[in-house]
Amino acid sequence: MSVSTVSQYSAAPAILPAASGMRGVLSDAFWRRPKLLLLLMLLPPVLWLGIIYIGSLFALLLQSFFSIDEFSGLINREFTLKTYGDLFQAANLDIILRTVTMAATVTLASAVIAFPIAYYAARYARGRWKALFYLAVMLPLWSSYLVKIYAWKLILAKEGILTWLFAKLNLLWLLDAWLSLPVVGGNSLSVSFTGTFIVFVYVWLPFMILPMQAALERVPGNLIEASADLGASPGQTFRNVLLPLALPGIVAGSIFTFSLTLGDYIIPQVIGTSRLFIGQAVYTQQGTAGNIPLAAAFAVVPIVIMGLYLWMAKRMGAFDAL
Amino acid sequence: MRSDHGQIAPLGLKIAASFGLLFLHAPILLIFVYAFTTEEKSYQWPPPGLTAQWFAVTWNRPDVWEALSLSVRVAAISTAVALVLGTLCAAAVSRSKFFGRETISLLVILPIALPGIITGIALRSAFALTDIPFSFWTIVLGHATFCVVVVYNNAVARFRRTSGSMIEASMDLGADGVQTFRYVVLPNIATALLAGGMLAFALSFDEVIVTTFTAGQQQTLPIWMLEELIRPRQRPVTNVVAMVVVLVTLLPILFAYYLTRDGDQIAGSGK
Repeated sequence: MSVSTVSQYSAAPAILPAASGMRGVLSDAFWRRPKLLLLLMLLPPVLWLGIIYIGSLFALLLQSFFSIDEFSGLINREFTLKTYGDLFQAANLDIILRTVTMAATVTLASAVIAFPIAYYAARYARGRWKALFYLAVMLPLWSSYLVKIYAWKLILAKEGILTWLFAKLNLLWLLDAWLSLPVVGGNSLSVSFTGTFIVFVYVWLPFMILPMQAALERVPGNLIEASADLGASPGQTFRNVLLPLALPGIVAGSIFTFSLTLGDYIIPQVIGTSRLFIGQAVYTQQGTAGNIPLAAAFAVVPIVIMGLYLWMAKRMGAFDAL
Repeated sequence: MRSDHGQIAPLGLKIAASFGLLFLHAPILLIFVYAFTTEEKSYQWPPPGLTAQWFAVTWNRPDVWEALSLSVRVAAISTAVALVLGTLCAAAVSRSKFFGRETISLLVILPIALPGIITGIALRSAFALTDIPFSFWTIVLGHATFCVVVVYNNAVARFRRTSGSMIEASMDLGADGVQTFRYVVLPNIATALLAGGMLAFALSFDEVIVTTFTAGQQQTLPIWMLEELIRPRQRPVTNVVAMVVVLVTLLPILFAYYLTRDGDQIAGSGK
């Protein structure tokens, strides 16, 4: 009661007395200065991500300007562009070109396989079916990455289910003919680029379906009908109406498939030939070779490629579909 | 009312979509068959016989248990860190507009937008520059960093639906900040946090690319599996572990979906 009698003139009657105790004082202070609370809330996450993540990225960039002493194997901490120059050796350019080609074909193939699923889910599935479709894409997306690769090791092995299936269908000659082709073939599917390609498509496919479906949901159904009413064949409708409207979604999905393929080193290591991809080059350079500067320079390559890719994607309006 | 209600899909589209879904699911189902095969030297199909003995063999393997225990401890602590950081960040970003807000969203998403190998090699070179030795905590450092985004995405979606006037009402009625958080904010965001936390746990539990750069000689379960993938030594044990991992990750995903299914931007749509 003492508070109200003392502050009879200063406090308006509708306002509660000032809160007491540490908690109350703090609450009042934050309520009066929301900026202060905001700052305190942002501080821990920004510090964590800023120091650990952005700091590490800078460390990476810094390392890529160091070089390795070829005789002692020690890292020479002086600014040089020599390590970046090493990237342009024929062997290293090969690695970069191989990875980019793989990323591009994987992206195209995922778009082709993803489209029917995304289109069906967006336009025809309703209610229960829609939820089911959603889960059918989510579960493979979230199942263990290594287990998915392991499953394909089982499937693609010479004694595995795929060879068995080809034998049952009397198509072994076809498999053998494919495997005897120069670049895409090999001793068995599990040690060929074809195998690497299939597994990449499999593992990244859900990342293509989800944004594609989001974009297709936004295409009004009556536009498709109008196109058909005006005499377009389904093929024409697809090319001139559906595809242009769905393109931002496809580009958004391709950001994932492209970027993930560029940076992956486990799939080509487990299923594929001994020829390296960028990710493997990074891994072996920092591990067995102990050449962290070259590994860092290699890691900058996907960052630059993705930077260009994102810039182009932004111009095509892909970010509205994310 | 949308004009396309009750339409029937063309047959070609149905077939293509079914094949796509089959392609997505058949490989995972195959794992379940292989866990029971009697063949131990190759990946022979069809399995020559079926047995359940490998479950007992796997159960008695100390290396599997050690890897599992390390993975669970790392995932638990990373999830806890990510929950705190992700929620704070989501609360700040959703309750007000301020300078640099877009930058902060980008900062949170970046660790998962850039390929894992970049996060990995970046952390590896930072540890090398600062002479930090590999330990349990270097793994946690990496995992927590990319888990923040999962919690953040779920929490931000929920905060957007929660009206700010509820907080004002609570304060008007005399609750202090702690009480308001405990009785008004937390009940509103609890399921979103639970979903985000479970997804973060699943993400950390399964992570291998960043871990290979931050673990040194330690073995998490994914690293144990990776060694088996590159140099297969005990195929039957690997088959069983693979099957168990599929089952263990399935449950949190389904539960997280169930928790956030109505209205929210559904959990996990951006891994």
